[in-house]
Amino acid sequence: MNDQDTILSLSDVRYSWPGRASFGLHVPQLTLTPGETVLLLGESGSGKSTLLSLIYGTIVAQSGAVTVAGTDIAAVSPSQRDRHRAEKIGLIFQQFNLLPFASVRDNITLPLQFAPDRRRRVPAPGAEARRLCNALGLPPQVLDTRAGALSVGQQQRVAAARALIGTPPIIIADEPTSSLDAATQTAFLDVLFQQSQAHNTTVLMVSHDARLSPQFDRVLHMADVAQSVRGAP
Amino acid sequence: MIWRLALGSLAARALTVGMTILAIALSVALFLGVEKIRTGAKASFADTISGTDLIIGARSGSVQLLLYSVFRIGNATNNMSWQSYQDIAARQEVDWIVPISLGDSHRQFRVMGTTPAFFDRYKFRSGQSLRFQDGGTLDDLFDAVIGADVAKTLGYQIDDPIVVAHGLASFTKHDDQPFRVAGILKKTGTPVDRTVIVSLRAIEAIHVDWQRGAKIQGQSTPADVIRDMPLEPQAVTAALVGVKSRLQVFGLQRTINEYPQEPLLAILPGVALQELWQIVGIAETALIGVSAMVVITALMGMMATIFSSLNERRREMAILRAMGARPRVILGLLVLEAAVMAAVGAILGLALLYLGLLIGQPIVDRAFGLWLPIEAPTLREGWTLLAVVAAGVIVSMIPALRAYRMSVADGMIVRI
Ligand SMILES: Nc1ncnc2c1ncn2[C@@H]1O[C@H](COP(=O)(O)OP(=O)(O)O)[C@@H](O)[C@H]1O
Ligand SMILES: [Mg+2]
Repeated sequence: MNDQDTILSLSDVRYSWPGRASFGLHVPQLTLTPGETVLLLGESGSGKSTLLSLIYGTIVAQSGAVTVAGTDIAAVSPSQRDRHRAEKIGLIFQQFNLLPFASVRDNITLPLQFAPDRRRRVPAPGAEARRLCNALGLPPQVLDTRAGALSVGQQQRVAAARALIGTPPIIIADEPTSSLDAATQTAFLDVLFQQSQAHNTTVLMVSHDARLSPQFDRVLHMADVAQSVRGAP
Repeated sequence: MIWRLALGSLAARALTVGMTILAIALSVALFLGVEKIRTGAKASFADTISGTDLIIGARSGSVQLLLYSVFRIGNATNNMSWQSYQDIAARQEVDWIVPISLGDSHRQFRVMGTTPAFFDRYKFRSGQSLRFQDGGTLDDLFDAVIGADVAKTLGYQIDDPIVVAHGLASFTKHDDQPFRVAGILKKTGTPVDRTVIVSLRAIEAIHVDWQRGAKIQGQSTPADVIRDMPLEPQAVTAALVGVKSRLQVFGLQRTINEYPQEPLLAILPGVALQELWQIVGIAETALIGVSAMVVITALMGMMATIFSSLNERRREMAILRAMGARPRVILGLLVLEAAVMAAVGAILGLALLYLGLLIGQPIVDRAFGLWLPIEAPTLREGWTLLAVVAAGVIVSMIPALRAYRMSVADGMIVRI
């Protein structure tokens, strides 16, 4: 498999949280190709969020290589890593994704602030925010609403719009639907995939809910991907 | 957008932020107010006498002489003899000389004996002359001219009778010689406002039946007999002197200070004022120090507020980090917020100062005879406000650096 076909790869990655007897993780090999949608299933506490943190680089592996869109993120400076994250990865969390005091528009356009390349792909951020809201089924008047005033379901869609704006090559979602009911979950994933497919975006989503599996190209299990280690490495 | 986020975050914590800003505003208002009163008092002191080259009195301290002769603070320990006064008056360097005789009082106000020349020679606020708001100068032996505050406090009008008491706060009244209000002066903002002015001869007249501060028993000389007496004073308290040429001031001062017949002291009002500032300077510095401490306390309060907000704002910062904000941005955001709080507090403090001045100006004027001008902020005040903002920024660096370290150390992972 050459670099062209790989958007994300982890090889022989080890990480353990600081502190005695804390949680550690070992990922021998994980590779994602451009445009595929992958569901990573695992029990809560199995280290899914830790794995994602390693990918978007707020924590750095103690050994091994994490390559995101062609860049080994351990090899670059922390501020380059921050910039790289903003440029290449759209992020959605389980809940409380947004700055509650800021407007929906500011929340959606926030990553562009730290990603000049991504910003360049969006000539009119306000109009793009409106378009994404529309595509994700949010009424246009929410743009000027305080994000904290929206329902949880609406907030998750705003978070999706924020992840999609400026078409980053990877979207990483950490249990984005666990706070939604079943019907909303399916609708949310539908619009997310619709929008990401138009730009050949890779979607990596983690969840503990196997019922979502049919909607993805590939399903991985945490137990197969990584070994968790208790105690000091 | 960073600005909008900072302001939005502040607005979301309106109550604590509001209290912090209010504390800063009050402390800044206090600091500026103390400055205003300090400079106002200094200016009004400096404005009290102008156009006088030398003040002469019996030998004592120069500050003491200045205080009792011009500001009516304290008392003369000794008088200068009338003989010396005349000697000095006769010197060729002397352009004009005005005697001042203190020691009597009317109600809570001091009585000053002088000559009508006082009204021409006494100058205040860089050369302004005394002006009458009603009536005129001293013509008759028992005429009195009163300052604006005397008239206002006691409700006196022209031709009202006045009884002069001997010595300050003494209850033995010179009630056999009633004076008449001949003139009321316009307000000057100087101790003249609180003075009853009579002629030097009148001071002698009220003491005709007195000896060593006590009334001679059973003796009472009728007013028309007194009018015919020579009433030459034995001594005066002090004298204001103008010289013909300013070059002669120091020569005359030396001559008087070495006057062989009597120990005298001649002072330059400006120099004595400088000495006074040096004495007052210590208290002034202490006052500034205390009010500066209040400002620092308010800024420390802001720092504590930022510290305690760090935990509840962990998620906010984590989201920013996840979106690609560098730790530096987190630091900048916190510092920016602190700068905004300090700046709003400083400006609000300035507004409070003006509000306080508007309300307090007449009260301070009435109570202390101190006129605090309401004018555009001075450069000094501008620098003060800027310093407050700068101090706010510096103080906020401590919690901001902590947030910085937090966001570097654990990556500020968004956790549920
Ligand atoms: N910031 C952190 N500091 C220390 N330990 C952490 C931190 N985040 C997670 N962990 C540890 O990692 C383990 C796995 O957590 P996580 O990756 O969140 O799992 P999941 O997302 O699958 O529920 C937890 O048991 C926890 O002890
Ligand atoms: Mg998790």
